[in-house]
Amino acid sequence: MPNIRQLKRRIGTVKNTAKITNALQLVAASKMRRAQDRALQSRPYADKLSFVLAGLATKGSDSEEAAHPLLISRPVENVAVLHITPNRGLCGGLNSNLNRAAGTFVAAQEQPVNLVAVGKKGRDFFVRARASVVAEFVDLGDYPTQSDTLGISRLVIDDYLAGVVDRVYLSYASFVSTAVQRPVVKQLLPLEPPKLDTADEGSAYRADYIFEPGPEVVLERLLPRYIEMVIYSAILESAASEQSARMVAMKNASDNASEIERELTLTYNKARQEQITTELLDIIGGAAALED
Amino acid sequence: MALTIEIVTVERVVRTEKDVEVLIAPGSEGQLAILPRHAALMTTIVPGILTFRRAGVEEDFMLAGGFMEVRDDRVTILADAAEAADEIDAERAEAARHRAQERLRQAMENPSLGLDLARAQASLQRSLMRLRAVDRVRRRRTDGRPRM
Repeated sequence: MPNIRQLKRRIGTVKNTAKITNALQLVAASKMRRAQDRALQSRPYADKLSFVLAGLATKGSDSEEAAHPLLISRPVENVAVLHITPNRGLCGGLNSNLNRAAGTFVAAQEQPVNLVAVGKKGRDFFVRARASVVAEFVDLGDYPTQSDTLGISRLVIDDYLAGVVDRVYLSYASFVSTAVQRPVVKQLLPLEPPKLDTADEGSAYRADYIFEPGPEVVLERLLPRYIEMVIYSAILESAASEQSARMVAMKNASDNASEIERELTLTYNKARQEQITTELLDIIGGAAALED
Repeated sequence: MALTIEIVTVERVVRTEKDVEVLIAPGSEGQLAILPRHAALMTTIVPGILTFRRAGVEEDFMLAGGFMEVRDDRVTILADAAEAADEIDAERAEAARHRAQERLRQAMENPSLGLDLARAQASLQRSLMRLRAVDRVRRRRTDGRPRM
């Protein structure tokens, strides 16, 4: 028979754990809403910028003018991976999925890989794996602003333009839905300009815009903005993914805790009843012996 | 005939407005006014003040550079940063100006400190723009005359 005192103590422990996971779930839920909101708020800018860039880049490729350095792909001698992860754990399999995806990708590269880690979990993973982590950004907080991310973009663009690396990949958690976050590794530089949906739009775009000061200057100013935007939205998306993953993980933990609590309470009640029955039998037995 | 305008930054949609009569933006080649039926235009903009008039009422925005696209009476401003003038906190802008000036002075007197001159200049310019925008709003309130 399980010890009643021990059972009671375990029930208390499980209840406390459930309280904590429940609180974490609520916090993650509200942070998730805000993080998703911020990701949505950046959409109009992103859509418009992609559209303009697509139109401009198509225009550029028609003529013989030299393409912008950020668009030219050159022989690859060094690769950089910008790896975006959460700072904290308790978010289910998200961190290990992200690290596994990036780790597999890095291992498959023939060229030396420099890692730029955004987030402690990714940094720790690659430091442990003895990879070359050249920069780390680990103080972004739950709601990174654009100016928080500009330093990251600057580093990546400068390294690329200086020829330190010849190809840059971006590894982050793509936010599919509250339940699904997918680790993604995609090429960031050289930039592959977004394609227009239809040829129609392309011709509409080429239908002579007035460019001030000129198409090349506009393109030259647009490209860094576009890269900053891509990095910023990847970071926002990762933040939304982190909070969603944490909310789901904490919800599961709370559900499991209440399930265990229910089972333990049942066992406890059974044991208590059994004890009472035994005591009653003893008393009745004793009384019967006296009567005789 | 009227303009539909949209001021967006990477962080949020700052303002969308329909039935705008005229818009004046700080283009990189100089101030430029956009009226309905403007030709398709794509221009870079410099830090400055954007003003538009809707139903006779003018509104000012502080812009920190970016791009402007005009097409089919739709004006889209992709700003690096933008704020409505009446949302700007004048005291904070003033404090920021002092800080930026101080930092600029230190950076120039003492280059060995390694202070970022470009950053100080940029933040000084931003705070000056904010103050100018606030000033415009104030003046408009007192004399009621449009200043376009």
